[in-house]
Amino acid sequence: MNRFAALLDRLAYEPRRNAKIRLMADYFRETEDPERGYALAAITGALTFRHAKPNVIRTLIEERTDPYLFDLSRDFVGDTAETIALMWPAERGSNYVPALGEIILGLQETSKLDLPGQIARWLDALDETGRWALLKLITGALRIGASARLAKTAVASLGENIQPDDVELVWHGLEPPYETLFAWVEGRGPRPETENPAPFRPPMLATAIEDTANWREALDPADFTAEWKWDGIRVQAASGRDPEGTLSARLYSRTGEDVSGAFPDLLGAIDFEGAIDGELLILKEGRVQSFNVLQQRLNRKAITPKLMADYPAHIRAYDLLVEGEEDLRGLPFAERRIRLENFIRRLGNPRIDLSPQVKFADWNELTAARADPATGGAGVDADAVEGLMLKRKDAPYVPGRPKGLWFKWKRDPFNVDAVLMYAQRGSGKRSSFYSDYTFGVWRSGDEGEELVPVGKAYFGFTDEELAELDRFVRKNTINRFGPVREVTHEPDTGLVLEVAFEGLNRSTRHRSGVAMRFPRISRIRWDKPPKEADRIEHLEALLREAG
Amino acid sequence: MITHGHSDHARAGHGAVMATPETLRIMALRYGEDFARSVQPVEYGEIVKLKGGVQASFHPAGHVLGSAQILLEWKGFRAVISGDYKRERDPTCAPFTVIPCDLFITEATFGLPVFRHPPARDEIAKLVDSAELFPERAHLVGAYSLGKAQRLMALLREAGWQRPIYMHGAMVRISEFYKAEGVPLGDIRPVVLDERKKLGGEIVICPPSALQELWSRKFPDPVSAMASGWMRVRARARQNGAELPLVISDHADWDDLGRTILDTGAQEIWVTHGAEEALVHWCETQGLKAKPLHLLGYGDEEAEELAKPPEPSEAAPI
Ligand SMILES: [Zn+2]
Ligand SMILES: [Zn+2]
Repeated sequence: MNRFAALLDRLAYEPRRNAKIRLMADYFRETEDPERGYALAAITGALTFRHAKPNVIRTLIEERTDPYLFDLSRDFVGDTAETIALMWPAERGSNYVPALGEIILGLQETSKLDLPGQIARWLDALDETGRWALLKLITGALRIGASARLAKTAVASLGENIQPDDVELVWHGLEPPYETLFAWVEGRGPRPETENPAPFRPPMLATAIEDTANWREALDPADFTAEWKWDGIRVQAASGRDPEGTLSARLYSRTGEDVSGAFPDLLGAIDFEGAIDGELLILKEGRVQSFNVLQQRLNRKAITPKLMADYPAHIRAYDLLVEGEEDLRGLPFAERRIRLENFIRRLGNPRIDLSPQVKFADWNELTAARADPATGGAGVDADAVEGLMLKRKDAPYVPGRPKGLWFKWKRDPFNVDAVLMYAQRGSGKRSSFYSDYTFGVWRSGDEGEELVPVGKAYFGFTDEELAELDRFVRKNTINRFGPVREVTHEPDTGLVLEVAFEGLNRSTRHRSGVAMRFPRISRIRWDKPPKEADRIEHLEALLREAG
Repeated sequence: MITHGHSDHARAGHGAVMATPETLRIMALRYGEDFARSVQPVEYGEIVKLKGGVQASFHPAGHVLGSAQILLEWKGFRAVISGDYKRERDPTCAPFTVIPCDLFITEATFGLPVFRHPPARDEIAKLVDSAELFPERAHLVGAYSLGKAQRLMALLREAGWQRPIYMHGAMVRISEFYKAEGVPLGDIRPVVLDERKKLGGEIVICPPSALQELWSRKFPDPVSAMASGWMRVRARARQNGAELPLVISDHADWDDLGRTILDTGAQEIWVTHGAEEALVHWCETQGLKAKPLHLLGYGDEEAEELAKPPEPSEAAPI
């Protein structure tokens, strides 16, 4: 357990993606089965414990510490589990350190009555970091800055020529402690047979068309089909028969997370054998709702009948990966599309429909459709169109982001001219640069014109621009708060940033009342004085347009 | 009477200064030879008779080279001023000795029960493991210049680290002084500015503030480590930008504060320099008379070197 805890501790502080992968790979290499498999389960969030609840732990610490000292400590530390981990009185002679696997099995199997005593014995035996990791495991707050995807990437890196997507393919049939998985990546065993009747298939992703030089000349319109790119969440609806012949359905996010539990209303519609790649949308009275509306459903924890009635979930199908038991991914897109159209028609379920294709003869026609999706075929759903997808007719379904097969062509993002207000040091390679920028727009305040922060951006600029921005921040600092610097932002002195973003949400958490999606610095307006930056009314108008 | 050379305990400009010979040499090094009008070196254990029948003596505090507790004795009543101290072994200075007394004036830098320092060698092992796992990255360790930096060097040597240890220009003089005083630090070298790019896989010790300066950017993909007792608390470690926090302290932790108070046998405790309330409360639960001593002082040297910012979210409210 202490080694696993040390790994978590290190991951929690390490900002670099590649370094995290190496830390995990190093741990997996040096740790034996089944311990490392349980660690993988803990990191990927594959574990739940019924009886282990935060209040059990609170009772334990109250029995062992002076309440006044606990309160002073809690105030200083700022986190209850961490305070308990640090304050837990050392028990001399209790030096048997439990393995992670033992703890996990114990948490799953110990009765509610015996659990507090068991947890106390573990805490006695662990060191501070070990106790912290155990308490985070129990309270389900194991936010360690390493996603499931990163952990699988680390597992893949143990083998030769095994890609993260290969691990993803077998993942859903596996259970902790994943001994067959490790045996396979290390070349000691066969590829695990996936027993999951409805496994996740890693999705095929598109590259931005703008990244292809001279694409209008380089690409032949006759080789491609086009369809709308919907502003929802990309999902995979899969279903298959288990050995007993029972149909089992799953809904996965694009990263392979099983999100079935959040969409019981959709799960009932997945009553076919096969796998559909599509977009999850809220469809009400025949109209696709905006992403804001979908967000409201996603924000709710409890899935009530009222929630499902108010925000009915829907799948708009892009592709058919499996039909019956036949894997279609090797077929050209044009063939899969015909199979998909027939499949959806036979299904006849109002919750699942087909994403329509956009007819075009040349790039100009397509440009026109993109500029005005309403008349380009998207009709009343035009507001939910995020752009276009171009797919080569002869492209097989290749997991990952293969070059030259699928392209996304987004609608022009929103733009705002904002004033730089605060800058913060970045993380990782950029930790010595002021690379995270908080910007604001003008509004009328009680004491005249004032800037209100509307967002934060930390990408969109080149390395040279970063160096220039960093220099600007250092030269124009008017206040320091640890890693944050406040920079001059007066009507005539300061820096205007042109910020591009994908959409706006109303937000009560932000002082300005709006929250931007994917903001990024699109241009640095060295030429523009701050007083000419945009006003909050500009964003409010965009918000109204977006519905 | 000065317990040790840290800037929150020792400043220039006094009329007459009494301290251990090492502390006086450190003060001369930091403030110039004329830092006081007159100085009187006192060896550990030597008894100095003061006016009015008071006897003073200096005893090892285990904090940094030359650090001392000061015992004042008058008509059989004994008061000990601890200065800063620690109980954990430190190869760069004389170990703490318990001085029985009636009144013990203790520091309380880490006077909260969340501060329990792990063995320093385990923390050093983390640093060495990381340098071995990421041999292409420079490992920069923020540590305060007097005491902590040299202790890290000595601990690295004990852990079998045989490569040269690099140091920031600001700590060259004091580290060379430690060497001249007979503390074995091995091959220590100042960082040559133009050669920073070549220091992948090396361990470089620097003042904490240097981790955030332009100076640190030229190292290959640096890992920001920081060695301090404050690293025990995650929020503090993050606030200081540590990517590899090392809980290594030159102050007693909570358990050792309590143990030391009991070891001295003192019936009255005055608490200063840190979280006074918690330790005063603890003393009272032990049946000891205790009070906080709110000194007008110079602040904490280590805290001065570590940034103490508010939460960034407060600074940038959006
Ligand atoms: Zn000190
Ligand atoms: Zn001090």
